[in-house]
Amino acid sequence: MSGEPLLEGRALHKVFGGYSAIVDVSIAVRRGSIHALIGPNGAGKTTLFNVITGVLPPTRGAVLVKGEDVTGARPDRITRLGVVRTFQSVRLFSSMTAHENVRVGRHCRSRGGFASALLRVPFRASAAEAAAHKRADELLAQVGLQGKQNVRAGDLALADQRRLEIARALASDPELLLLDEPVAGMTPVEVQESGRLLRALRDRGITILLTEHHMSLVMEISDTVSVLNFGCKIAEGTPAEVRSNRQVLEAYLGTGEVV
Amino acid sequence: MHLDPYVESVLIFTGINVVMAISLYLPVSAGLLSLGQGGFMAIGAFASAYLTTALATPFAPALLAGGALAGLVGLLVGFPALRIKGIYLIILTMGFGEIVRVLFLNLEPTGGASGLSGIAPHTTLPVVAAAAGLALAFCWQLRDSRIGWALNAVREDELAAETVGINLTRTKLSVFSLGAFIAGIGGGLYAHFTMFIDPAQFGFQRSAEIFIMVLLGGMGNFLGAALGAVVFTLLPELLRGLQDWRMTFFGTALVVMMIVRPWGLIGARR
Amino acid sequence: MLMQQLVNGILLGSTYALIAIGYTLVFGVLHLVHLAHGEVFMIGAFVGLQVVLWTGAGGPIAVVAALASCALLGVLIHLLAIKPILSRKGHFLAPMISTIGVGIVLQELATRRFGGEQHGFPSRMESVTWHFGSLTLSSVQAVILGISVVLMLALHLFVTRSRIGMAMRATAESAVISHTLGIRTDRIILLTFAIASALGGAAGVLVGMSYNAISPFMGVEMGIKGMAAMLLGGLGNIYGAMLGGLIIGIVEVFSVAYLASSYRDAFAFVIMIVVLLVRPKGIFGSVHHVEG
Repeated sequence: MSGEPLLEGRALHKVFGGYSAIVDVSIAVRRGSIHALIGPNGAGKTTLFNVITGVLPPTRGAVLVKGEDVTGARPDRITRLGVVRTFQSVRLFSSMTAHENVRVGRHCRSRGGFASALLRVPFRASAAEAAAHKRADELLAQVGLQGKQNVRAGDLALADQRRLEIARALASDPELLLLDEPVAGMTPVEVQESGRLLRALRDRGITILLTEHHMSLVMEISDTVSVLNFGCKIAEGTPAEVRSNRQVLEAYLGTGEVV
Repeated sequence: MHLDPYVESVLIFTGINVVMAISLYLPVSAGLLSLGQGGFMAIGAFASAYLTTALATPFAPALLAGGALAGLVGLLVGFPALRIKGIYLIILTMGFGEIVRVLFLNLEPTGGASGLSGIAPHTTLPVVAAAAGLALAFCWQLRDSRIGWALNAVREDELAAETVGINLTRTKLSVFSLGAFIAGIGGGLYAHFTMFIDPAQFGFQRSAEIFIMVLLGGMGNFLGAALGAVVFTLLPELLRGLQDWRMTFFGTALVVMMIVRPWGLIGARR
Repeated sequence: MLMQQLVNGILLGSTYALIAIGYTLVFGVLHLVHLAHGEVFMIGAFVGLQVVLWTGAGGPIAVVAALASCALLGVLIHLLAIKPILSRKGHFLAPMISTIGVGIVLQELATRRFGGEQHGFPSRMESVTWHFGSLTLSSVQAVILGISVVLMLALHLFVTRSRIGMAMRATAESAVISHTLGIRTDRIILLTFAIASALGGAAGVLVGMSYNAISPFMGVEMGIKGMAAMLLGGLGNIYGAMLGGLIIGIVEVFSVAYLASSYRDAFAFVIMIVVLLVRPKGIFGSVHHVEG
């Protein structure tokens, strides 16, 4: 683990009209860790994600990936640098099969446009294509979707869709995964499985930044927890530190489970 | 094999329409709806016809040059297409088609409003069949290719497409330009078959016809577009009474289709 | 000289304005770009022509005939080709595509009935020319201008002073909310179509009178110019449509006077493209955004 953070957000502000969604938020994600971002609804977690991944440009501040300034870069450039995200509302390509979704996930690590499409030998996959095909199936198996390769993505159950989104994200060999509420809507059993998956990914060297409301999962698997409230970062530290932080407790009073 | 000349001409028109339908299908498959393919067709038609008549260029290079010019213009038109969506894009391409028409109305070298006549009949059935076949084969090749998936992804969800690393600008520009190129080729084939072209033949009605063809076949896959072209060309031939009322029929069919089944004959199956 | 061109531009622009108002009214209540509106305009012109030929009456009567018949036509189009689609959950562009079909049908029907060439439009009016200093205005032009102004004024009064007119504006803001407030949105939409199409038809007669020539194909070009005016003024905004139409009319006339006359038609389209690129909302851009 190197000293330099894999992802860094410096003094980020995002203002919509008159509304400040995030105010002076700095965050540093260490390589090889699972870093959680929590906060009540409306705290600015998804906005922060959007700013980091280039969906929205920040009003002020900078985003750095592996030391490189990517503030305001489009999402595809961020992905090419090894930072891939999933979405709170799951954005799959619903008319494509699970397998195809994962194949398209590999887009930035492969080459070829119209010319190479024209020159392909039909009905016979090249060596590279066969390898990519195999890899896609492996990724699907990794997230627990073996046997569902040819199911239309739109027809999958929600938990499977979330897993597929992760598999698709993994297809580009990312160094950092940004997961926006990855277990929302899942049953306790599914949550446990996801937790195992995330830890397995971390153990394989993939860094993870996730937002979640599911507190027990967050406390269980995270190395670092950052807390947002009303767009500001109010606390940061290990799960134990954050759990006993007074401001955090106040922010969550009345909003549900704090383990 | 000697075909009745009338039958042959119908087949040639069918082939040209297949090419035109594919030229629209490609950008549509990335979510880019154009009602301006007539403009690109005009560019290809006039450019290639000018080359063969005034500059005695051989057919093949002239055809390709016409297509290339159309493709280049498609690149220019594609830039605004990056920033505007849906209805706005349709209106933009309509405006583009009209601008092209006015341009050619005033362009002396290509005859202005009187058009260009005496074009050599280079377009034969084998030529058209080859062109249409090539276009279809290309679409087939796209299906399981990296760029083919990218086009689908862009159509389905641009944000998700960017998230998997697809460069929207490059993808949209290249497919739009490619569609324009193919439309230009179609125009060149058309010009060298009808032997006379004038700006009025490539106006909004033409763009609407091409649009109808693709819609008829369902915007779902390239075979549908081709089938739509075939139905559009052949139906009036087969149903004699339809001849004179062709556009009324298809216009009404369009309305009915939108009411009954907005996804065309073949459906949204990819 | 400049003043004369300005007057001519306003004259031309007011007809564009009438067409643009039609587009914008329909867009306001249904978020629909009514691509058959140009053909409604064209039908209005032919209705006016027939009335003039049959009865020997003058321009204003023709306008009234066009107003009435196109109002009816607009209602028919909505009931047959648009409303059935709105109630189904299809592609969001389906209604617009349907109007493309309607336009095609109308154009071919007109071509069948009247042939594809241009028809003269006899004005049946004493042609008088007035001079105000360096300005010349013919009686035909005066009538056209007068009718345009009257129509626009009537519309303005209608939407600002009458209850139904205000209901129309409410429906344009939000059909859902208006409905819950008890406004019969169905009827309002029909009324909107009627008014929009009526104005378009009137514009057809006015254009026929000023150019003394109409053809079944005039709907396409004028239609797109009307759309350009609508976009320039801002989607859904009536006054924007008026202003947009005037601007385009003036630009066209000036382009003929001071630049290359043969490219005059292209200016409207170029303006439209520039608007789409630079400020798609238009001058009085409304909040309504059409997401692609």
